[in-house]
Amino acid sequence: MDWLNTFIQGSLLGGIYALFAIGLSLSFGIMRLVNIAHGDLIVLSAYVAMVVGQGTGLDPISCLIIVVPVMFALGYALQRGLLNQTLTGGLLPPLLVTFGISIIIQNGLLQGFGAYTQRLQQGAIETASLQFGGISVGVYPLLVFGVALLALGSLQLLFYRTGLGRAFRAVSDDADTAELMGVDNRKLYAVALGIAMIFTAIAGVLFAIRTNFDPAAGPIRLILAFEAVIIGGLGSMWGTLIGGMILGIAQSVGAALSPTWQILAGHIAFLIILIVRPSGLFPRTRD
Amino acid sequence: MTLLQTQNLSAFYGDFQALFDINVTVDEGETVAVIGANGAGKTTFLRAVAGALGTAPDMVMFEGRPIGHHTAHDIVRLGIAMAPEGRRLFPSLSVEENLLLGGYSKRPGPWNIKRVYELFPRLRELRHLPATDLSGGQQQMTTVGRALMSNPRLLLCDELSLGLAPVVIRDIYGCLEKITAEGTTVVLVEQDINRALDASARFYCFQEGRLALTAPTKGFDRAAIGAAYFGM
Repeated sequence: MDWLNTFIQGSLLGGIYALFAIGLSLSFGIMRLVNIAHGDLIVLSAYVAMVVGQGTGLDPISCLIIVVPVMFALGYALQRGLLNQTLTGGLLPPLLVTFGISIIIQNGLLQGFGAYTQRLQQGAIETASLQFGGISVGVYPLLVFGVALLALGSLQLLFYRTGLGRAFRAVSDDADTAELMGVDNRKLYAVALGIAMIFTAIAGVLFAIRTNFDPAAGPIRLILAFEAVIIGGLGSMWGTLIGGMILGIAQSVGAALSPTWQILAGHIAFLIILIVRPSGLFPRTRD
Repeated sequence: MTLLQTQNLSAFYGDFQALFDINVTVDEGETVAVIGANGAGKTTFLRAVAGALGTAPDMVMFEGRPIGHHTAHDIVRLGIAMAPEGRRLFPSLSVEENLLLGGYSKRPGPWNIKRVYELFPRLRELRHLPATDLSGGQQQMTTVGRALMSNPRLLLCDELSLGLAPVVIRDIYGCLEKITAEGTTVVLVEQDINRALDASARFYCFQEGRLALTAPTKGFDRAAIGAAYFGM
């Protein structure tokens, strides 16, 4: 029963990792942009929620009504004003620029909020749990997992049922030809990073309710997001969820063996999959 | 009425000059062929008109206005569509999605998905397949249909016949007549000279980036084209 419990807790933990990964996966999938600042944008969302909460008195999840549009606008402006200029010179310029953005965000947060460890307080839901025949499942992890399912489901609909999603897939296939068909790639990329930031905002707030954060908390979220994307296979949205769950299960199993093994076990699982299946479990990207 | 006019159009790939002072005029409703050997600059010419290469504004005039400085997606909105060489269909999109993407600019006009299926009935049956699963001829039909979806006044066709069987080529050129019957102006780039000349009223022959010869197709001695074509 203990191991079943570990398995379930780990799977649910995968929900937040999948949410971390969605934004990264979108920007890579659509514009081949490897966003090194992704983890810091997650943490930035948490700080924005904190400020909004202090200003309005709203609980963190309600703050999303404001955080989501703010992060969408930030993503749109970042792509339009800066990142679009880096996309013509190969893989390196966007890496360097987003690395710079990462440093700016971390130091800006340090300047504004200090190095203190913060936490968003959602109230009783954080500790509530449900009993399933001897296994206790936290309401909050279940909620986060549900949000991850909802997020991936809505992306699926966006990509396969709307004109915008069709344009995203076309641009991902062949950006030059999409432009010849009337698609304004630069504007579309800006919308794409905006949408990626919607999921980043949700991930940031949900993560900050569960875990302490500080200005330097971004890079480890970036690594977890990368691992979930790579395990799942580049370009596969549902693979990202499986990737997150594998990471979560490995961490839970590691933690059950010894608490010091929790993080390392996740990375080891990632390395094993990278060796056995370098292109991930469900690869979709063609190039 | 003159629909498209290029004025001393020059185009570069980096330092390499691919077109030299090209003057081409296309009247509304006409079908004009651009012929020439490999590397003569035919595709570059189409890409320059479509906005894929930056040129000076008045090097390309459309409906009397300079458009040389516009981006490719703006030019689609103005009414120029391209069926590119090598078809360039989107592999992750189904046939129908490829066609719908062609209508991304939402330019109003006679063409819509229903009319494209009437023109190419076979595509309706195959509409849910990935576009790249189709035969070469069916892919070419999808390419032409996708371009039509933006309701162009000017349709640029790059090597429609490339790699296709003669019977398939005949089908596609048969459909082209139906398209021009709607009043759409067409510029055909072809290596297959006979095919291009049969379908057009006038032709331009390019040679090494320069205009070598232009004449009405009717009654023109095709042997004389050889000289302009190969520069002999």
